[in-house]
Amino acid sequence: MKTRTLYTFCVLLLVGIVFAATKGPLTTTYLHISETDQSEEASDIAFDKMMDVLTHQRCVNCHPNDHIPKQGDDSHPHYFDVVRGDANLGYQATNCNTCHQSQNNPYSGVPGAPEWSLAPHSMRWEGLNRIEIAESMMDPKRNGGRTPEETLHHLTEHELVLWAWEPGVNADGIPRELPPVSKEEYIKAVKTWFKEGHRIPTK
Amino acid sequence: MKISMHVNDKLHSVDIYDENTPLLWVVRDILDLKGTKFGCGKAACGACTLLVDGEAVRSCSYAVKFANGKHITTIEGLGTKEDPHPVQQAWIEEVVPQCGYCQPGFMMATAALLNKVPNPTDDDIDKNIINVCRCGTYYRMRKAIHRAAELNASEASSTTQNS
Ligand code: FES
Ligand code: FES
Repeated sequence: MKTRTLYTFCVLLLVGIVFAATKGPLTTTYLHISETDQSEEASDIAFDKMMDVLTHQRCVNCHPNDHIPKQGDDSHPHYFDVVRGDANLGYQATNCNTCHQSQNNPYSGVPGAPEWSLAPHSMRWEGLNRIEIAESMMDPKRNGGRTPEETLHHLTEHELVLWAWEPGVNADGIPRELPPVSKEEYIKAVKTWFKEGHRIPTK
Repeated sequence: MKISMHVNDKLHSVDIYDENTPLLWVVRDILDLKGTKFGCGKAACGACTLLVDGEAVRSCSYAVKFANGKHITTIEGLGTKEDPHPVQQAWIEEVVPQCGYCQPGFMMATAALLNKVPNPTDDDIDKNIINVCRCGTYYRMRKAIHRAAELNASEASSTTQNS
C-alpha cells in the first residue's frame, strides 16, 4: 500500500514538473507597465484621495461660488445674513472675528482657527467638479498668484486648512463631520500628487 | 491661568481654572459688571456684545484666555450718567428700550460700527447690527443709530473747534 502511494506521488510530481516546464504562463501574458504609467497611476490615486478631501464641505463651505459662506454638514447659507464683505472677512463692524476666534469654542460650538476668513471669490470651488477645482487651484490667476510650491504649502500646512480635521463641535455639542480621508493620508497624497508633477487627470 | 486685562480702563487680574471660560462669565460673575447680558450662549443673539480693543466681540463665545493683555469695554465703561457716550445719549433721546435686555449688546455693536463707519447708511446698519431684540425695537434703534452718528459728528467738530 505504501509503495503504491509513493509511486502515485512520484508520477504526479513528474507530470507536474513536465506541465510546469512546458505549459507555464508565457512571459508574453504579462503586461509591461512602464515607469511613466506607474507614476501616472500613483498620481491619479493621490489625486482622487486629495479630491475626496477638497470636495468635502469642510473645505467647500469656505470656497463658495457666491458671496455667502456656508455652514454645517448640510452647507446651508451662513446664518444672520453674513456675507463676504470687501476683505473676505464680513462687514466693517460685524465680521468673522466678532464670533470666530483662533480656536474652536467648545462651549458655544463656534468654530475657529487662525486667519478665519472666506477664500477669495477667485478661489470659488462650490459647484465645480474635481478637475475644475484642480485647474482653479493650480491657476495663478485664480489661486492668488501662488506657485505650485505655495499651493502645496497651503494645502498641507495652512492651519485653517488643517482645521478640517479638528473642526470641533457644533452649537448642539455634536462633533462636526471629518473629511473622508485621514489628515496623514491626505498630506501624503497631496505631496505625492505634486511630486509626480501635479497632473490633472483628463476629463 | 492668570489673566490680566484692562476692563473699562481699569487693570484686573483674575485666576481662572478653565482658560476657555467665556469672557462673559468673568465680566458678569467675577468683575460684577452685570450690564453685559447672556442671551443664547452660542454667538447668535448679540446680547453679550462688548468691545475688545475697540472691536465688537460676542463674549459668550470668547474664551477668557484671549482677553489676556487686551482692553475690554463694557456698557458700564462706554460713558457715564453725567457724560453719556453719543450712543447712550441717542438711545435716551429716542427712548429705544422696551424690556431693555438686549439693549447693551446693541449699543456696544453700534459703538463699534460708528468707530468704523461714522455716518452709517440704513444698509450699513442692516449689515452690521444683526443682534436680536425680542421686543422688536429695531425701528427706534435705527433712528437712534443715525442720531448717535449726528451727535458723534457734532462732538468731533466741537472738539476740533476747541483745539
Ligand atoms: S449670548 Fe452671546 S450672542 Fe447670545
Ligand atoms: S428691548 Fe426687550 S429684547 Fe430688546
